[in-house]
Amino acid sequence: MIPAQFDYARPASLDEACQALASDEDAKVLAGGQSLLPLLRMRLAYPSTLVDVGRLPDLRGVHDRGDHVFIGAMTTHDEVVRSEVVTAGCPLVALATAMVADRAIRHRGTFGGSLAHADPAGDLPAVVLALDAVLVARSASGEREIPAAGFFVDYLESALEPGEILTGVKIPKLGAGWGFHYEKFHRTAQSWAIVGVAAAVKRSNGAITEARIGLTNMGEKPLRARATEAALRGVELGDQVRLACEEAAADTSPPADLHAQPDYRRHLARVLTHRAVRTAAGSP
Amino acid sequence: MTEMDAGLVAEQIVQSDQVNEPTSRSEVGRPRRRKEDTRLLTGRTQWTDNLSRPGMLHVMYLRSPMAHARITRVDVSGARDLPGVVAAFSGEDFAAEQGSLPCAWPVSDDIVIPDHPPMAVSEVRYVGEAVACVVATDRYRAADALDAIEVDYEPLPAVLDMNEALAEGSPKVHEAGNKAFSAKLTSGDLDAAFEGAPVVIDRTYVQQRLIPSAMEPRAVLADTDGESFTLWTSTQIPHVLRVMLAMVTGVPEHRIRVIAPDVGGGFGSKLQVTAEEVLGLLLTRKLGKPVKWTESRSEGNLTVHHGRDQIQHVRLAADADGRIRGLQVSLLADMGAYLMLVSPGIPMLGASMFNAIYKMDAYEFACTGVFTTKMPTDAYRGAGRPEATFAIERMMDELAAELDLDPVEVRRRNWIRHEEFPYTTISGLTYDSGNYEAATDRALALFGYDKLRAEQSDRRDRGDPVQLGIGVSTYTEMCGLAPSRMLGEANYGAGGWEHGAVRMLPTGKVEVITGTSPHGQGHVTSWSQIAADALGVPFEDVTVLHGDTAIAHKGMDTYGSRSLVIGGVAVLKACDKVKEKARTLAAHVLECSPDDLEFESGAFEVRGTESRKTIQELALAAFTAHDLPDGVEARLDSEATFDPENYSFPHGTHLCAVEVDTETGMVKIRSYVAVDDVGKVVNPLIVEGQVHGGIAQGIAQALFEEAVYDADGNLLTTTMADYLLPSAADLPGFTLDRTETPATSNPLGVKGVGEAGTIASTPAVVNAVVDALRPRGVHDVRMPCTPERIWRALNDGAQEGARP
Ligand SMILES: Cc1cc2nc3c(=O)[nH]c(=O)nc-3n(C[C@H](O)[C@H](O)[C@H](O)COP(=O)(O)OP(=O)(O)OC[C@H]3O[C@@H](n4cnc5c(N)ncnc54)[C@H](O)[C@@H]3O)c2cc1C
Repeated sequence: MIPAQFDYARPASLDEACQALASDEDAKVLAGGQSLLPLLRMRLAYPSTLVDVGRLPDLRGVHDRGDHVFIGAMTTHDEVVRSEVVTAGCPLVALATAMVADRAIRHRGTFGGSLAHADPAGDLPAVVLALDAVLVARSASGEREIPAAGFFVDYLESALEPGEILTGVKIPKLGAGWGFHYEKFHRTAQSWAIVGVAAAVKRSNGAITEARIGLTNMGEKPLRARATEAALRGVELGDQVRLACEEAAADTSPPADLHAQPDYRRHLARVLTHRAVRTAAGSP
Repeated sequence: MTEMDAGLVAEQIVQSDQVNEPTSRSEVGRPRRRKEDTRLLTGRTQWTDNLSRPGMLHVMYLRSPMAHARITRVDVSGARDLPGVVAAFSGEDFAAEQGSLPCAWPVSDDIVIPDHPPMAVSEVRYVGEAVACVVATDRYRAADALDAIEVDYEPLPAVLDMNEALAEGSPKVHEAGNKAFSAKLTSGDLDAAFEGAPVVIDRTYVQQRLIPSAMEPRAVLADTDGESFTLWTSTQIPHVLRVMLAMVTGVPEHRIRVIAPDVGGGFGSKLQVTAEEVLGLLLTRKLGKPVKWTESRSEGNLTVHHGRDQIQHVRLAADADGRIRGLQVSLLADMGAYLMLVSPGIPMLGASMFNAIYKMDAYEFACTGVFTTKMPTDAYRGAGRPEATFAIERMMDELAAELDLDPVEVRRRNWIRHEEFPYTTISGLTYDSGNYEAATDRALALFGYDKLRAEQSDRRDRGDPVQLGIGVSTYTEMCGLAPSRMLGEANYGAGGWEHGAVRMLPTGKVEVITGTSPHGQGHVTSWSQIAADALGVPFEDVTVLHGDTAIAHKGMDTYGSRSLVIGGVAVLKACDKVKEKARTLAAHVLECSPDDLEFESGAFEVRGTESRKTIQELALAAFTAHDLPDGVEARLDSEATFDPENYSFPHGTHLCAVEVDTETGMVKIRSYVAVDDVGKVVNPLIVEGQVHGGIAQGIAQALFEEAVYDADGNLLTTTMADYLLPSAADLPGFTLDRTETPATSNPLGVKGVGEAGTIASTPAVVNAVVDALRPRGVHDVRMPCTPERIWRALNDGAQEGARP
């Protein structure tokens, strides 16, 4: 498995990187390489140049910005999991990231790369979608912000334009009363989710006042379980929660592959959503 | 020995003593850490891919994207002009010299052994078959140049399903048809056994296709000096390979040297004469330069021979008390597109094992080998015996369920009792020894069987969404392949002996040479222990040489749990001969009769005196040869070839408890107990490692692994994201113990342990899964028991939980 020939550039500044991308439409950003390199080696992608953004200091690190946490695109999964800012400000991100692949991959793969890759089977797209995060992109012509709801366009396709670099993600801090859980269903510890459910649930006086649910691998892109979210509003813990979660697979179009058929994925979405919501709501 | 030397040796012993805390002076039985490991773990390795030769070129193969097609045109000229490319060839370029890849086991008179060109010339019969190659100055250029080769194919129909392949009017894989062979074995009166039997159980089991997945991908480096050829290759069988290369290519055997350097696992997949080995030899002959090939993991998934792939139709007749009357087995075995080295022999290795540890009145085994347009199948850890054990152990659980008996009790009522050994089974093998009672009782105690049964019934009563299942597997296996006479009767193309040699060096150090070819099993350590005991020399003074036909010139290599049972014994016998030579010399030096000498702790002592000579001192005396008795050669070196009279029969009891989440179908192994009886143990640490890995591999078949082809014959599981191997994170700790009933068929009393775990564990796990689901009307789940299959079995009542 040997990639076809490509050029390699390692710019020293973000501007330089934007220039490098602007000047060659077949160039691609290289982050941790954990998704891109397999594509190259299987000769499923033939970029002319890899623009390695690994040495750009601005892209790395986690920052507490008051009402939101800013995670630089080049922050590795491992750094995210270890960040106290993340654990305190957006624990759902830490919970899900800890379940990405295995330790070796988490040391190389990046938060931004996982989102830019726009793989609906990736764990993090559903999480930023559930949290209504905002993604920040830079190009030679300036910076723009893209809400998560508009970022994931199709299978392996994001709203990033050619020439744009994802620089980081703003993740709103949810206040008191919120609980979180990421329920990942996979057959071996280091494999991708057959289905995953990211849940953020707010409770007050025993009832659920708001729920946000992101679904991994239930369509061409990450999805929100809107029907379940609506059905959960105002519901007490118990049987009603289970009923609300029966809607979790509504409006999904799960894939058929070696690991599962669509009907089984729909079933899993319902069971896992129930488990995720219950756990997020603090009831075992 | 100088004082410094003595100090050093003492220090080594002290160090190793601290590590191993020996309880006796005997090396055999000590949990010695492996001599190999420091080097292997610190990366000072000699994998074939690490080797380099001056002027070395790299070859990459273009592989068929079609399952079945006529090749109408191959044009490699586009590749030849690219930078760095030295040569490019198609099958036509090898046609006159490449011969046919060998099949050494024509198991029946009606067998069809089709021509198997290493590089396809006119027709391809599976996806991945080599159709052209590029040789370049580096792998990258070779890979790029493959894109410039043009091949025209005229598609032919793929043949994928064994039953369809045998049906009238099926498209043919080969001119002669899709039946490769048929074979049958009968013993006793089967009709009588089934007639009027109170219980008849009829089941069909599917052994899915597996990909062996050794840690080290295959690699071949071939070089020539213009006259002779050296092949470094990631193989289990350097000796067999050398003979076969000579026979296939016509290069005289004495001009071929095969070296298996460090080899990172095989599991049977490197028990093969591969296309790439033959082509490597031919390429270096054509080009006069060293040529190296290393496969990628995906290339390996396509073209390393696959394992298992059988449809097993099994019928069992029993009395009302559970006593087995008769067993009828009818197999379809998928050979894939060609018969490789021992492809047809694999299902036949199970022929005498379906009856397992049980007594019965009648037995019938029938097997049909079938050609399909898939990668050929061949040996994979256990080879034929896991398939047999799976079927019978699943049937024993079915029998227990049918009669509402405890599955352990049903086995007790049928197994050969300890006092009945040696016992000749219904299939004609004679089991020399065994104690199924002891192993089973120990396993039940370690497992906490009764307590788990109580928990199971509690969960059933409560309707707990997580159900508990308990699986039993009381297995035996036929190991130590194999007595040459029996191989002859089975029409195998070679013998089953093994060779060992001992060289006593002038300083008293010992070189052991073995014909076995370790690729992860730790032979260097175990053989050192055997030689150290036999010669009475320190463990540290022994080194073991292997895997190079110019050094270990004679051997039958490593597979079939044979190395210790046959190769270890050959080493022991060679040591005995050294001792006899040393005795003659010692008597001469000590001026006594050989009969007056006692051998103790590495020295000959004149009985009743202080007068002694160590064997290490005698090695020096033989070397200087200043004072040898007349007619005695100036060496103590000796060799021996051992050919066993019978197989060995390890056995054991494995118990598995699983929790099945009935909402998702997920299986979690809650606990696993294995009590194995592998006879005498040379190194308990190595034995545990073998059992541990074996269990993992058997669990993998039960729950995780499956090679899947689509309707056009494309392999879908080409990466490890699609072909799921469990890792440590996916498996529980195993509780291991042993009983020790020595084999009587060899002087070490050993039985072999390489395959035991794999053979035993698969049915234990599936039995546990089915046991958990049985109250819900499920009596089978097809392997691997994926969550989806379990969910379907629960919800559609689909008994097989088959992929939709
Ligand atoms: C064996 C294995 C198992 C895995 N399992 C999981 C899993 O269970 N869950 C999971 O979520 N992920 C999994 N991954 C993927 C892993 O999380 C990757 O790290 C991630 O998908 C991509 O991140 P990366 O930094 O490696 O990106 P790269 O591979 O470098 O890039 C991926 C894509 O994103 C683009 N890109 C990257 N960064 C930017 C940027 N800043 N701006 C614009 N475009 C950019 C690249 O051009 C490329 O197209 C697994 C990977 C492997 C190899």
